[in-house]
Amino acid sequence: MKVRLSPFVVGLLWAAALLWLFPLVGAFLVSLRTLDDLTLRGFWSWPREITLDNYVQAWAEAGISRYLLNSFIITLPSLFGILVLSSMAAYALVRFRFRLALPIFLLFLGFNMVPFQMLMLPVFRLANQLGVYDTYLAPILFHTAFQLGFATFVLRNFMRTIPTSLFESAVVDGAGEWTIWRRIALPLMLPGLAAIATLEFTWIFNDFLWGLVLLSRDELKPITTGLANLKGQYIADWPLIVAGSLLATLPTLIVFFGLQRYFIQGLTLGATKE
Amino acid sequence: MVYPTLATFALAFSDWDGVSPRWNWVGLENFARLFRDPVFYQALGNNLIWVAVFLLLPTSAGLALAYLLNHPVPGERFLKVSFYLPLVLSPAVVAVVWSWIYHPQQGLLNALLAAVLKGLAALGLQVDPEAAYRIGWLGDPKLALAAILGAACWRQVGYVMLLYLAGLKTVDPQVVEAALVDGATGWTLFRRIIFPLLAPITVIVVVVSTVDSLRSFDLVYVMTRGGPFHSSEVLANYMYLSAFHDYRMGYAAAIAVVLFAITFVPIAFFLWRAVKEEVKEEG
Repeated sequence: MKVRLSPFVVGLLWAAALLWLFPLVGAFLVSLRTLDDLTLRGFWSWPREITLDNYVQAWAEAGISRYLLNSFIITLPSLFGILVLSSMAAYALVRFRFRLALPIFLLFLGFNMVPFQMLMLPVFRLANQLGVYDTYLAPILFHTAFQLGFATFVLRNFMRTIPTSLFESAVVDGAGEWTIWRRIALPLMLPGLAAIATLEFTWIFNDFLWGLVLLSRDELKPITTGLANLKGQYIADWPLIVAGSLLATLPTLIVFFGLQRYFIQGLTLGATKE
Repeated sequence: MVYPTLATFALAFSDWDGVSPRWNWVGLENFARLFRDPVFYQALGNNLIWVAVFLLLPTSAGLALAYLLNHPVPGERFLKVSFYLPLVLSPAVVAVVWSWIYHPQQGLLNALLAAVLKGLAALGLQVDPEAAYRIGWLGDPKLALAAILGAACWRQVGYVMLLYLAGLKTVDPQVVEAALVDGATGWTLFRRIIFPLLAPITVIVVVVSTVDSLRSFDLVYVMTRGGPFHSSEVLANYMYLSAFHDYRMGYAAAIAVVLFAITFVPIAFFLWRAVKEEVKEEG
């Protein structure tokens, strides 16, 4: 399609994009101001001074640094577990023909869309029974379990593009399933794994529900739940709260801008088959 | 995930309080109470409004954006990133940032409105710019739900746009060129050729939007906790509050069952399509 859009439409698109960014730009501007400056002179005034105090205070006193660390402690092991298990599951689903392959696949696919809140009561109970409630292990275990469906679904579609003859010749050469998975399937799935890793990092890092349900000690809470606490605690100091939220988004933003291509690939891999 | 789902169904028939080790089987009592509970109907109604809005606004905006951005546009990359950036942010972060935007005195939205009113006043109209600061977006029962939906749509548009952009890539340029040769342009081209070709994506967008809107929790919980007076309540939030504030786990499980029953419709439809496709591919 080589049709060009009229300058008017292009102008509208640009206006819409700037409007879309405005909440974030506004948040950034307000995070650089003092509360007094904002309340006395209002948002549209020219700030008397630009300050990073809100960031410093949010980082240290309000505990954002601790919450961020917790988020990493929860996210990274979950991510590792998901990648290992889903790549194995996807390999098995494609490599072996068995009667249950389709039902299992549908189970993965369907439960991936169930509202997670539905599961919170039994999960809460299970976490108590396993003795992991209010430890890092609880969200790690459940994130790994719940995200497996999506990851397996995407990787399975990826695996199917690999010609079966490749596996067969490996078998002929005397390679066991373990070796084939590690030496052949994994390297070929690499782009898929990258897409999943980016997406799952973002999702797990951004999770709110499980941090809320499975952790009660403040010193274990991930950044999302911590932020909600912060909002309750510093109820009137919006520059501080907003600065904290912007700090909270930094890791996902860095991952996103670094690996944007994979992020988008992952989102659409689940939806379309090219 | 199968186990917790089944367990939820079992819990719905119990009076478990979440703390004590044992509980009693109470049959349909939780459901009987639920169907007499006005808050439940409020939450259910709000969830349906949520579904309707999600099926209407972010979808059409996302489709329009994807269609336009599929043309050569100066600054295309910047434009795309602007629209899907909110998608990368955690809903909890979005909730906090938008709570600030909606704050009556310190927030962005009322400051913006006041500036507009000031402009109108300067033109000689009888308006009071200070009136803008009296609007409590999240504190007013009439506005809270719409305010939360605004933030939710802000985050969702980029997702729909990405899905449609991916779909547009699969549209055969030859078909479009043939249509152009036949004299189809603009709106006709879009309505008669491109939109029908995007049907598979549209199905996905509809399923995703419905499921996402039924899942809504983070924004509601962080922004209003369902208030004021349950005016922005949704099932997921009501369920959380029943379980972890009122310690009525059985009752919460009953809400979960209702939520599951509703979500099951789009999910079943989606799975049915997936099976059909599998069978087709297996030949």
